[in-house]
Amino acid sequence: MNPLEHWNWALDGWIVAAGILCAVASALLGNFLVLRKMSMLGDAISHAVLPGLAAAFFITGTRDSLPMFIGAAVVGILTALFTEWIRGFGKVDEGAAMGVVFTSLFAAGLVMIVQAADRVDLDPGCVLYGAIEMTPLNTVSVGGFEIPRVVVVLSSVLLINLFAVVLFYKEFKIASFDPALATTLGINDSFMHYLLTTLVAVTAVASFEAVGNILVVAMFIVPAAAAYLCTDRLGTMIVISVIVAALSAIFGHIGAMLVPQLIGYHSTNTAGMMATMAGLLFVVAALFAPRYGVVVTFARRVMLSLRILAEDVVGLLYRAEERSQTGAMLNRDSLQTTLLGKPGIIAIVLAWLLRRGDLVTHQGEYGLTDQGRERARALVRSHRLWEQYLVNTVGVAENRLHPKAEQLEHYTNPSMRSQLDEEMEHPTVDPHGTPIPTE
Amino acid sequence: MIATRRSLVLLLVATAIVGHSAAIADEQPATRIANRSITDRSVDWPTWQQWRRVLLLEDYNTRVVLLGTTLLGIAAGAVGNFTLLRKRALMGDALSHATLPGVGLAFVCTTLAGGDGKSLPVLLAGAAISGVIGLAAIMFIRNLTRLKEDAALGIVLSVFFGAGIAVLGVAQQMKTGHAAGLEAFIYGKAASMGALDAQLIGATGLIAALVCVLLFKELRLLCFDEAFAGSRGYPVVLLDVVLMVLVVTVTLVGLQAVGLILMVALLVIPAAAARFWTERMAVMAVISAALGAISALLGAGMSAVFPRLPSGAMIVLVATAGFLFSMFFGPARGIVMRSLHQWRTELKVQRHHLLRAIYELLEGRKGPGELSAVAESAPVLVNELVAMRSWNARQLQSYLRRAESQGLVRRGDAGQVRLTRQGFREAEKLTYDHRLWELFLTRYADIAPSQVDRAADAIEHVLDARMIAELESLLPGRKAGQAVPPSLHPTLAMQSGEGSDGLP
Repeated sequence: MNPLEHWNWALDGWIVAAGILCAVASALLGNFLVLRKMSMLGDAISHAVLPGLAAAFFITGTRDSLPMFIGAAVVGILTALFTEWIRGFGKVDEGAAMGVVFTSLFAAGLVMIVQAADRVDLDPGCVLYGAIEMTPLNTVSVGGFEIPRVVVVLSSVLLINLFAVVLFYKEFKIASFDPALATTLGINDSFMHYLLTTLVAVTAVASFEAVGNILVVAMFIVPAAAAYLCTDRLGTMIVISVIVAALSAIFGHIGAMLVPQLIGYHSTNTAGMMATMAGLLFVVAALFAPRYGVVVTFARRVMLSLRILAEDVVGLLYRAEERSQTGAMLNRDSLQTTLLGKPGIIAIVLAWLLRRGDLVTHQGEYGLTDQGRERARALVRSHRLWEQYLVNTVGVAENRLHPKAEQLEHYTNPSMRSQLDEEMEHPTVDPHGTPIPTE
Repeated sequence: MIATRRSLVLLLVATAIVGHSAAIADEQPATRIANRSITDRSVDWPTWQQWRRVLLLEDYNTRVVLLGTTLLGIAAGAVGNFTLLRKRALMGDALSHATLPGVGLAFVCTTLAGGDGKSLPVLLAGAAISGVIGLAAIMFIRNLTRLKEDAALGIVLSVFFGAGIAVLGVAQQMKTGHAAGLEAFIYGKAASMGALDAQLIGATGLIAALVCVLLFKELRLLCFDEAFAGSRGYPVVLLDVVLMVLVVTVTLVGLQAVGLILMVALLVIPAAAARFWTERMAVMAVISAALGAISALLGAGMSAVFPRLPSGAMIVLVATAGFLFSMFFGPARGIVMRSLHQWRTELKVQRHHLLRAIYELLEGRKGPGELSAVAESAPVLVNELVAMRSWNARQLQSYLRRAESQGLVRRGDAGQVRLTRQGFREAEKLTYDHRLWELFLTRYADIAPSQVDRAADAIEHVLDARMIAELESLLPGRKAGQAVPPSLHPTLAMQSGEGSDGLP
């Protein structure tokens, strides 16, 4: 049985389209929310607009979209203003100020809605969950085509956001990373703040009429956060966040149809599933992002410590050769005790060095090959040059010399070595009197 | 086709929720007037009977609800206090959203296994597990990636809530067991709180309060100086986890009562309001808990008296009113008190500047140390005074008026100003303090004499007697009660004097 047999382009196509439009419009702004550490603003605004909806209804007495939209957008902007006032005048921590404002407004909205609840179907659930599944039912005719109204609304929101981001790209960028610099350059930081807030409010209101506020709140933060872990460049970050947003919308809808079938049910809430999918993509980014991924960082650290251990092994063998004047061989136990390594890790490092041709093994004893000796000489040369440099130029006490040089030797490349060499006018011995090997 | 069917299901869900919110109203003994127009917004004023029933706690239901919400208010207020100071006010928001998938999954799994999916312990266990997972996710994001706290909270909040809604979407389709009622976790249903709920809240609240009291010292240290707490050997991470677990616990029991968003409000608002009242943490905890209790009591009470006021929302609105009142009138950090304090300081500074300017003018005429307190000093001209500082004539006149009403100066004809004996004493002391500080700066801080005036200008207003005594002991050859030392740099009075001398 084809699990997607119920897929219907006329319906599901539009649902996915609405999802993508909402996700991308939110993700665009989300980049700046994450960078400005205002991630919770989307959540706050989308809860706080409830009284705006209710007030619009009370004033106009209808459930037309436009008054509702205006009412909600105004309250959304007021949320940001109130938060700023309470933070500024009351000297309250920003998070707390936001918490006070949006919960209060939500409560006020709830009271207003319950006042009207027995007379009209104005329901908070619809605002919270959204009804993206109903997207294809309400259409308008655009240029002869029947297009869902939601798609039209969200497209315009997306265009507005795109326009704002492109137009104010430089200003947003500078104000997000360095508000003080922005001010000195003549960019009004608080104008950028309120512009962003207004766009967030408009996007949130336009979206959750169509798709519910879970989706908006998730799309404000999650794709941008995932993108932030993947790159250090703002342009790339925005592109990645848009891709993540679109992917979560597509897979979210498919997931909403497929996952419940595993336990024998039709399908589930699409907006919820889109948010979940964004979360999964975020987890992937958090773990495997090329530079900042948790797993990647961990692997890099392990590799580094293995490399350092390998260098210490050849260095140790080189020094043993120096002392005995003839070729020295050491067994695994003595290597292990000297280098304080764990048996398993030493074994891995030795196997690696053997494969690379730095070591030879004979009856359980290990010795250097010519190639290994070359490598070791460079390392020991770095070590002793550093010791000399630290004594001569930095004036480090003798007893703290060795550990310092022990660290630095692993990060010294040939050009740095020659620089050290020249700076000290080609020393031949280190502070302990041992000769510095030549390259 | 399937989409249409799904949307129908959703409509049903939506109706169920509205039904639920309205149920709060339905339980009120309200006198409904049928066939009202939809724009009619008159409020039904409750009858005397209704007032009496609530105020005298005649209803069993009212008693339970008031008690339960009040206990919840106390617990949330006490715990919120710590999260607020830890700048984690919105942690409760994220964690309470994070409980939803647990609630849904617990319901689905129990129902699939043939049990009663809606039994409270099962749902709470599910909520607790997913809350703890959410907490772990927040800590993971914050500590192991380069994202900041706000992003961590936002991600956990929205993704977990989305997952919860997706799970509830499945739960709605279950044939066995009806899922309606799970929404109570989002919207709350204080009005139908049972004795069991109240007991649960009471027990949890007591435990939470007890933990707060027992770990007060540790938590306080954690809030104010985490690094110091760590260096003193306190298990910082463990304490942090304890605090978060307290938040999760209080949130869990509160969710049922007031709903998700309003639970966040109870954790944030009383604590934020209490911050305006005091600078002492123990006092703040007590005030915060008390505010929580009062809000809960009043809010739930109003909801019981008036028809169609949802109790959860009313509790929050009462708390908000308390917050606004505190923000303006809080004695420690309230806006009014702060402005008043600023205004007083401003007046004091202006008075000081005026008196010292007159003194220095007089001194420029007679030479330092030759001034003495007489009933009334020689006159100086307002025009001369204007040149002494960056003030304009109008400002100066208002300062002079105020000083005159305090009996420090006397204004004569033709712009003459004289210091009274009292004014002279104060001016002399001020100038003495100012110059002592200048001496100190040149001697110990190695600041050039030409640079010290401004620094001394800022500090002279806050030098108290103890500080002056200390300065006197630090500066050799200075004894208390000695005459005003000569200025280290040319004062404006001297400069203008020299200038006029130099004129042909």
